[in-house]
Amino acid sequence: MVIDNSEVNVKRINQILATYKGESNLLIQVLLEIQKELRWLPKEGLIRISQELNVPLRQVYHAVTFYKAFSLVPKGKYTVSVCMGTACHVRGSPRILDRVEQTLGIHSGETTPDFKFSLETVNCLGCCAMGPVMVVGDVYHGKLSLDQVRRILDSYD
Amino acid sequence: MKKITLNIDDKEITVEEGMTILQVARGAGIDIPTLCYHEKLEPYGACRLCLVEIGTPPRTRLVASCVYPAADGLVVKTKSERVIQTRKMLLELLLARAPGAKIIKDLAEEYGVTKARLRKTATFCILCGLCVRYCAEIKKADAIGFIGRGIEREVMFIPEIATESCPSCRKCFPLCPTGVLESNFMLVQSLLLKQ
Amino acid sequence: MPKLKSALELEELRKGIVSRRDPNRLCFTVCSGTACLAIGSKQTFAAFEKELEKQGLKDRADLKPTGCPGFCEQGPIVVVYPQETCYLHVQPEDVAEIISQSIKGQIVEKLLYVDPVTGKAISRESDIPFYKYQKRLILGNNRLIDATKIDDYIALGGYKALSKAVFDMSPEQVMAEIEKASLRGRGGGGFPTARKWKSTRDAPGEPKYVIVNCDEGDPGAFMNRALMEGNPHSVLEGLTIGAYAMGSHEGFIYVRQEYPLAAENIVIAIKQAEDYGLLGKNILGSVFDFSMKVHKGAGAFVSGESSALMNAIEGKVGEPRPKYIHTAEKGLWDKPSCLNNVETWADVPFIINNGADWFASIGTEGSKGTKIFSLVGKVNNTGLVEVPLGTPLKDIIYKIGGGVRGNKKFKAVQTGGPSGGCIPEQYMDSPVDFDELTKLGAMMGSGGMIVTDEDTCMVDFAKYFVHFLSEESCGKCVPCREGISHMLDILTRITEGRGQASDIQLLEGLAKMLKDASLCALGQTAANPVLTTLRYFRQEYDAHIYEKRCPAGVCKDLIAFYIEPDKCQACLICARNCPVNAIEGGKNLIHVIDQSKCIKCGTCFDVCPPRFSAIKKISGEPVPVLIPEQDRVIQRKG
Repeated sequence: MVIDNSEVNVKRINQILATYKGESNLLIQVLLEIQKELRWLPKEGLIRISQELNVPLRQVYHAVTFYKAFSLVPKGKYTVSVCMGTACHVRGSPRILDRVEQTLGIHSGETTPDFKFSLETVNCLGCCAMGPVMVVGDVYHGKLSLDQVRRILDSYD
Repeated sequence: MKKITLNIDDKEITVEEGMTILQVARGAGIDIPTLCYHEKLEPYGACRLCLVEIGTPPRTRLVASCVYPAADGLVVKTKSERVIQTRKMLLELLLARAPGAKIIKDLAEEYGVTKARLRKTATFCILCGLCVRYCAEIKKADAIGFIGRGIEREVMFIPEIATESCPSCRKCFPLCPTGVLESNFMLVQSLLLKQ
Repeated sequence: MPKLKSALELEELRKGIVSRRDPNRLCFTVCSGTACLAIGSKQTFAAFEKELEKQGLKDRADLKPTGCPGFCEQGPIVVVYPQETCYLHVQPEDVAEIISQSIKGQIVEKLLYVDPVTGKAISRESDIPFYKYQKRLILGNNRLIDATKIDDYIALGGYKALSKAVFDMSPEQVMAEIEKASLRGRGGGGFPTARKWKSTRDAPGEPKYVIVNCDEGDPGAFMNRALMEGNPHSVLEGLTIGAYAMGSHEGFIYVRQEYPLAAENIVIAIKQAEDYGLLGKNILGSVFDFSMKVHKGAGAFVSGESSALMNAIEGKVGEPRPKYIHTAEKGLWDKPSCLNNVETWADVPFIINNGADWFASIGTEGSKGTKIFSLVGKVNNTGLVEVPLGTPLKDIIYKIGGGVRGNKKFKAVQTGGPSGGCIPEQYMDSPVDFDELTKLGAMMGSGGMIVTDEDTCMVDFAKYFVHFLSEESCGKCVPCREGISHMLDILTRITEGRGQASDIQLLEGLAKMLKDASLCALGQTAANPVLTTLRYFRQEYDAHIYEKRCPAGVCKDLIAFYIEPDKCQACLICARNCPVNAIEGGKNLIHVIDQSKCIKCGTCFDVCPPRFSAIKKISGEPVPVLIPEQDRVIQRKG
């Protein structure tokens, strides 16, 4: 379930901003916290952040479009991150990604229509000896084989 | 202010300390091409056309003259073989991106870049940042900015601010080396009016 | 708890902790680094908790989650003390037996490491060849520490170096010791650490900052992750000592967003150190103040570049600045800032505790001390390897790494991540240090070592790195943004069979420009993977361009899967597993692949039983015409 209520969003954003007390150098930390809390960064939020932290709006927009962690559209309940780092690549992560895309019916960068899963690739999780690796939510799954993919994804409700 | 002497293209030049190589060169009438440089703005160092070769062989390297501080005893070559080859490759890349831009076509001709070996992407904006930086540093409206990263990087008008500030200002339009900025703004304006 | 106010109080605390610990008491340690967690060590740990409770052993045995010891291939790993018995691949169902056997002082044979050469089982952790041939000065304590308990670190002598520095040494003496040790940065640059510290100390401007770079973006590298998760205090202590030497009172720790556990553990460590008075105002009761903050990254490799990282800490977008004035002189907010890698900081307490001469006795003339490498890819023992600098590549890959997995043929080892290069077989005797690998066109970098075998296509491999960099380039300067994009275009065309004769020259021209003209090191080194693969594997490029053939059988557009009629035994396994139903066949009917439907996923190739091995990859030649249907019936001999 995605929070699509502007008022609720702005209220929660204001709560988070209050703890940062206008420190402009904490722009990225603030954005990370709001992204984690709401699973996306609504536009009203970006404008509020610009005002509260005294950072030009164009800098806020640049930050949210520069970094992979941020999303301007609502993300699913669980983010599936498939690691495409070199070690995982050499152990077949492209095929794992294919299988995840087939199973969920979406491409990397997209979210399932029921907002359950968002799929993304990540460029190295640091679990290189366990490759191929994928993270669902905040649970790591290592030494993946193709047939495990469906079983893992089906276990999430 | 302390005075320093540097050697540019075998010419000894004495200046006050605190300048960049580009400023010294231009002051002495030595031509160095630039695209993203503007005297009124903080140097940006992005187009890399102003690269010059410093040092004494074999220990030389290329540096961006618009940001590199002029120093006493520095030896600079603005048209060495290495510099020319690098500028040629840069112009090939720029041509692929902005094939119709006069300023780039002229420079390409000057440097003998004729063959089109690279795939044309024709996005026209070369991301020199003159518009963004002018609006941030001089106009101080922050109505335009960069978004995205890598090859997806773009210049974007911030709708909330641009609709208010830009129509009466427009001072950044003539700065655009390829001329695409004005068309960009017209497009944004018409899309916003539609709403 | 009351803060420690002197060196003596710290020593008393340490003695107290150690005296309360019985070295003969049974202790089960379960690796809880992110990688072991990825294959279920959390469940294994929970099983221990449950089973110890159930067997009423909670006050007879300890259970400790520990940091990554680096033998990642064999996880989840459990080590039982005091015997130091090492158990591998421990599943929850193994736990009860481990406990009951350990109580009796016995071992569980089936979970031990078996030496592939001698066939013998080895029970003691330090006897296992993977560990035995390493020199685990920095990483070794990971196995003894619960990162969320500062007492574990203090018990091992933690913070003694800080105490020595602050009370027995002047900042100049600390600086001199680091200089004498000839410590060089472990993040990839290899810059002499003392020189950087001195620049920061001598540069005008206050305040001065010290920064930990835990952005570890190189894919395939996870040394910093293991240190920060498993022994965060070693990094904190090193940073504090450095701050003392340089006259800094404020530090930042930049942790990449992809390492949440590292960020969590460092935050806990900071709090616990502050509680003990080992951080904050009047450290250990001295006149030295030092505090630090944690800054998280948000998913950008380029932000690990030092000037970009500082931009990110300032709240701006993490793009590099032209670095003609060193950040050591003008860094964060234009103040003197010293940025070092996690491992560099972790080396500092060792040097202070054991002396510069001891440190300098390890390694080579130009590269002192040990280095942690992440050995991954097609190697048998993947994991973290810490050895003296100067150790030959072959020792790391074969002696410690156990050689290429699956008995395949070694092809190359990629070192230094996307800024580095590939090193082929003939250079396996090369010592690994800051300078030797650079001569071969590669570089040691931060320590990533990726082993490839005969099944790796080197053109595809180069394309992989260029693709990675194209996604990570900040896009500010023309050479990197445009140059990498065009290199990717060309490499993609080559792997798709649309390469042209002029491509190699164009790639080389772009590479030269990237090196000379890019604003930062990302662009400057971007062409290295391409240049080294061209240098050592030119024949693969030529095969792709002139013969439309992929020798390793990887590039999908250049390969076809074909079922050999005289080997197929019509078992139907491939047909059933084909995700697009491209295989026709039946019982006693030789299977055939419909090339128009085939998506080259390789599933049939994987599932065909090894005793038949009926499927082969064809490249550079046409697929044989399918035998007519009526000839596909297999005549079984009665």
